[in-house]
Parts: sequence; C-alpha cells; structure tokens
Amino acid sequence: MSFDIAIDMRRAGRRIGTTFATDGGITALCGPSGVGKSSVLAVIAGLLRPDHGHVVVGGQVLFDAARGVSLPPEQRACGMVFQDLRLFPHLSVEANLRYGERRANPARGVLDFAETVRFLDIAPLLRRRPATLSGGEAQRVAIGRALLSGPRFLLLDEPLAALDGALRDEIMTVIERVRDRFALPMILVSHSAAEVDRLADQVVELTSA
Amino acid sequence: MLLSPDEWGIVVLSLKVSGAAIVCALPVAFALAYALARGRFPGKVLVDALVHLPLVLPPVVVGWILLIAFAPAGVLGAPLAKYFGVTLLFRWTGAALAAAIMAMPLMVRSIRLSLEAVDPRLEEAARTLGAGPLGTFATITLPLARPGVLAALVLGFARSLGEFGATITFVSDVPGETATLPLAIYAALQVPGREATVWRLALVSVALSLCALVVSEWLVRRGPKGRDAHVL
Repeated sequence: MSFDIAIDMRRAGRRIGTTFATDGGITALCGPSGVGKSSVLAVIAGLLRPDHGHVVVGGQVLFDAARGVSLPPEQRACGMVFQDLRLFPHLSVEANLRYGERRANPARGVLDFAETVRFLDIAPLLRRRPATLSGGEAQRVAIGRALLSGPRFLLLDEPLAALDGALRDEIMTVIERVRDRFALPMILVSHSAAEVDRLADQVVELTSA
Repeated sequence: MLLSPDEWGIVVLSLKVSGAAIVCALPVAFALAYALARGRFPGKVLVDALVHLPLVLPPVVVGWILLIAFAPAGVLGAPLAKYFGVTLLFRWTGAALAAAIMAMPLMVRSIRLSLEAVDPRLEEAARTLGAGPLGTFATITLPLARPGVLAALVLGFARSLGEFGATITFVSDVPGETATLPLAIYAALQVPGREATVWRLALVSVALSLCALVVSEWLVRRGPKGRDAHVL
C-alpha cells in the first residue's frame, strides 16, 4: 500500500510544501526543525487542511483540493502516534487502548487486544493511569492505541525523541516488529540519522520552500 | 438543630427554588461557556459582558428588569400568559428565574475555565481514533471539564440560596411561595421578638453556604491531573 502525497499550504506565515510517493514499508520524513514535518502528518491525518494538493493512501483519496474531497479524521483509519503521545489522562491504560478499538471498522479486521498487549509488553500497565507511566511505557501504550484502532497506515511523529539510549533501541525494535508483523505502511518523522538508517525503507527530505 | 415547621418550610422552599434555578440555568450556562471558550463569532465581547452583567449590576435593577419583562403586559409576560397560561410574578418559579440569572455569571465562569483547560490536542487524538465530533465531546471534552461543571452547580446553588435583591424586587416576599431564607430572615428582622428565628435561619444559611464552598473546592481539586484551578 502506497502513499501519494502533494501538499501546499501556508501556516503561521510560512509555506509548507512537499510532494512524494512511496510504495509501502517505512518512509522517513526528515528535515530541519520547523520545516513542517508534523504539519504534513497532521494533513495526512485530516487534522489540518492544506490549500492545494492531494492525499491518497493505498488508492483511497483522503483529500483532494481540486475535487473538493476531504474526509474527516475519524473516517481516515489512520493510526497516529503523536510526538506528545496525547494519552487520555482521565482514562486507564486499558480504556485508552480500547478507545480506538471500540470504534474500529470491523470489516477491516481488528487486531486482537490480548495479542497486541502481549506483543507490546504492556499487560501489567492496563489498570494504571497514563500520568503514572514512564516515557517508554507511555510510548508503547500510544503505539498500542494506534494499532488497535484498526488503521490502514501508521503515522509516527518522532516516536523516539523523548527517550534515552536503551529505550530508543527498545521502541525501534517495537516499530520493526510492528512493520514485520502487521505489514502496515508507515510514515516516520525523525531527526536522527541513526534512526532513519536503521528503520527507513525510503527517505523524504522536507526543505523550506 | 430544632426548627419550627414554618422555618423548615422556609428551608425546603429555599432548596426547591435554588435547585430549580441551577437545573434550568445549567444548559444555558454550559452553552454560553462553550461559545465563550471555543467560539469565534462577532459580538463575543458583548456576550461576555452581558453574561457578567448580573455580577456587577445592582440586584434591584435585575429584579426591576425582570418585573417589567414578565409583568402581565410585559414583552415576555404577555406571551407566557397567553400561550402557556403561566405567570412568574409572585410565584416560586419567578424566584427561581431571578436566582438563575443572578447565578449565571458564576456558573458560566466556572464551566468556561474548565473547558479552556481541556487540551484540544486530546480531542484531535480522539478524532484520529475514530470518534466523531459529538463522540469526542461526550468522551473527552465533557469528562475533562466535569469538575468545573459540578463546581458550577454547587456554586450556582449556593449563590441562589443567598439571592435577595432581584428576588424581592421581582416576586416580592410571599410567605410559603417566594420567601426564601434571606427574605424570611429580613422579614423576621423587621418584627420585634423574632431574634431567635433570625439566629436559626442565619445559622442554616451559613452551614449550607459553607458546605457548598467546601464541596466545590473539593470537586475542582479532585479533577483530572489534579490541576488546581480555582473558580472563585
């Protein structure tokens, strides 16, 4: 499944523009800080609306300015892992994980809850609140929540930025296992060359327009 | 504490008036708070000012405006009487309306603060997880704003219990119908030899108000993430 993205927009007085097409696997989105990498993910997820361009994933048009198509985020089946995670503070870890699972389209085949929890090694955390989790634990819960929402693709916004050495390695392994196990295409925003070298099948460099 | 049947009647009436006031005021207060916290519309400053007006206006003026509007020939009183056969004048429902309007600024403020404290990024996350706008509101926005909504109920209730000026101007002091705690205390003060009644009713007022403040503070503190937003 492929991404076919063309985006052109103004945001906070700056122009953000990129065009790329991928053929599955992990695509790394790179570029200097403030160039709009997170905005590109937000556009693909449907949280931001560009002025021009299109977002096509696996042949499905999610956004097309020329044709006036713009699916709301909840219809895009996009597994988004935010840089700031955004776990729901008033819900337990389990309720966070179930939030997307309950709303997933059953026709698309939903991952098994118990299997995903085992896979991410978060079973002991289920009854805790997000505020009590460590950085690595919260990161794995955020990935689990996205996976269980029945996504067609994953968007990972700097999933390793907030973590130190050993945890980075652990989460990279998780991402590799997700790729191998669930065959979901991913776009990964990253600053780190090591991360990109290890994970990415292809690299898209975002430059300031 | 031993109250006479009449005094119990005053307490019960006060609770009924205040209860009706906040139940009716809550949806309006929530809608106003939501519009002020999230909305972008022309005249927002004016709406904000109007909502806060009862806080700074002499209560007598609010009561007088209500009296004119809901008089049998008034702009609101006439259609109410004609189409619904309802009159608010000298009725406990009028007292509840006056209390609701006087409590409105406090309620809107409390709800608005809690809505503004809800991180919109969490709502975005809910949308990417498949929740529509309404679902997101019900499962994320509302639960996170809940302490402020509950505090608004308690504070509005306490404010309604104390409402005097607008009530006595609008619906007068009718024993058993509109004579709530403050009105009854004031009436008792006018009559020699009723000091004991004044004492007892005043103590009930203090106890009820104190309870409301403690409960509202507790509700706000116990909110998600333990954020210590104060509504007062």
